[in-house]
Amino acid sequence: MNNTPELETRRLKREVLVRIIKAFMSDNYAENVRLIPYDMRPKGSEVPFRCCVYKERAVLRSRTIAGLGFAMEDDDERTLLSDFAQQALTRQVPEPEPLTVLQNACKGCPSAQVFVTELCQNCVAKPCMKACNFGAISNNGKRSIIDQDKCKKCGMCMNACPYHAIVKTIVPCEEACPVGAIAKGEDGLAHIDKDKCISCGKCVSACPFGAPHAKSQVIDVLSKIKQGKEVIAMFAPALVGHLPCTPEQFIDAFKKIGFSDVYEVAQGADTTIQVEAHDLQERLEQGAPFMTTSCCAAYNELVKKHIPEIKPYVSDAHTPLYYTAEIVKKEHPNAETVFISPCFAKRKEALDNPNVNNVLNFEELGAIFIAYGIEVDTCEEKEYAFKSSKEARDFPLSGGVARSVQAAWKGNPEDLKPTIINGLTKATVRDLKVYAKTGKCQLGNLIEVMCCEGGCIAGNAGLNTVKMALKKVTDYSSKSYSLKEDK
Amino acid sequence: MEKIKVKICQGTTCFVMGGEVIKSIHDTLVEKYADKIEIVPVRCLEVCHDADSFSQAPYVYVNDEVVSAATVDKVISVIESKLKNE
Ligand code: SF4
Ligand code: SF4
Ligand code: FES
Repeated sequence: MNNTPELETRRLKREVLVRIIKAFMSDNYAENVRLIPYDMRPKGSEVPFRCCVYKERAVLRSRTIAGLGFAMEDDDERTLLSDFAQQALTRQVPEPEPLTVLQNACKGCPSAQVFVTELCQNCVAKPCMKACNFGAISNNGKRSIIDQDKCKKCGMCMNACPYHAIVKTIVPCEEACPVGAIAKGEDGLAHIDKDKCISCGKCVSACPFGAPHAKSQVIDVLSKIKQGKEVIAMFAPALVGHLPCTPEQFIDAFKKIGFSDVYEVAQGADTTIQVEAHDLQERLEQGAPFMTTSCCAAYNELVKKHIPEIKPYVSDAHTPLYYTAEIVKKEHPNAETVFISPCFAKRKEALDNPNVNNVLNFEELGAIFIAYGIEVDTCEEKEYAFKSSKEARDFPLSGGVARSVQAAWKGNPEDLKPTIINGLTKATVRDLKVYAKTGKCQLGNLIEVMCCEGGCIAGNAGLNTVKMALKKVTDYSSKSYSLKEDK
Repeated sequence: MEKIKVKICQGTTCFVMGGEVIKSIHDTLVEKYADKIEIVPVRCLEVCHDADSFSQAPYVYVNDEVVSAATVDKVISVIESKLKNE
């Protein structure tokens, strides 16, 4: 994923997941889960990150609870990990919220502040004082000082100082959240407001302490496989960029885990493309000013929770996952379906769709491969029963959805003007609100919205760099037929 | 002078534990040591298979020396010390 300053925290999460899965495979599941924090930080071991070995173990215990699929809110701190492990086995439906904040991992970062550093030269002009519209800056004869009660954190003084002596500190999770859903509570620790959260996972990537955490469904999926159920994997087209093997090897790799069949979600994307192109053409003919895409789960949550007024402009096309799951359930009515996802937001979408039973993200899938000792690049290559188009396989790229609609467009090519929102941020959320409110978008009439910058290949649970993933996805898609040739 | 052989593991465990860094190790080394080293992408080196050794992936070999939990800096410092000792 995008420059990960927090590779250390990702490695920790992955290690815990592998250990949970290994425990699951062993004869002594619950006890081995209980031992995870002790195995990772045995007596006398080094203390790489926290103040002492006990704190390290406490945080690892929390990571294990989340890895078993529970929310930290469920933890009374006295329940044994082995009991959580047992409870995970009997869970019927996954937890409703995809994310939880590990309270003991959260540092309670200092609140966002603008303050004058000692680089202040106490200059004569004092542009900072003039720049402040709120009278928050005074001078103590040695340097300027900011009255934090008056400061509105607008940053005008920062820009005015010729020495760059004024800095703004941020709370990484709060800064990253596009919708203000995560904030420090009275206890000084971060909390997610579930009524606002769109499960974009940006806080997970932003936090240098690895406190916001996904609740995993690995145990749910592996239990179903162990019980001998028919379990089918449907993988997001972005996965092609995130495993060190060819997509043709996926079928064999998944079957080694115990999945009975494998579908490309690109198959459903081919339906999304046709429906969406048709939808847009109809809307434009009826005089609609623009339409937005509807495939990104975080965007759909954003619409629901924050911009309901844009709903009339959102395409009625269902997501590629929706159509794929529908096909799978038709072909295998008794099967349990598992979506293999680049991000956390899709868990939310899956909860609302009875055809999708579970979601594993790329990191969790990778952890399963490690625990099972599956070398994906030695797996056999097999053909997919359904051949998806180039455009469908390019769906996970920023711009890919817009290009696919263009390829399938049956109207006058000049009527179609695509524009893309490459990443949801506070600023792009504001733009969307303006389009909805004014019913106008100067930039185009097809607005592709993707929450992650770069598209799904840059999802928060990715394993590869975005650049490499892009290359692998386009190498694969270029082998497919194009919808343009089809016309 | 014989080139230093750097084997960067492309196996599944190494990729999952550090796919993001493997690429940058590769790119940095190519840029920095073009003529002094030979980079060989290899399949699973099988150091990851014992009990807990997966947790120390990704692995990189610099000649015969194994670098665990490899990062760009770690690999560079091993290469540097080998270059000095020649
Ligand atoms: S970034 Fe947010 S979640 Fe992470 S430690 Fe700081 S306050 Fe806690
Ligand atoms: S909306 Fe995104 S960044 Fe904000 S709390 Fe939810 S997952 Fe985290
Ligand atoms: S995958 Fe690298 S040593 Fe096995």
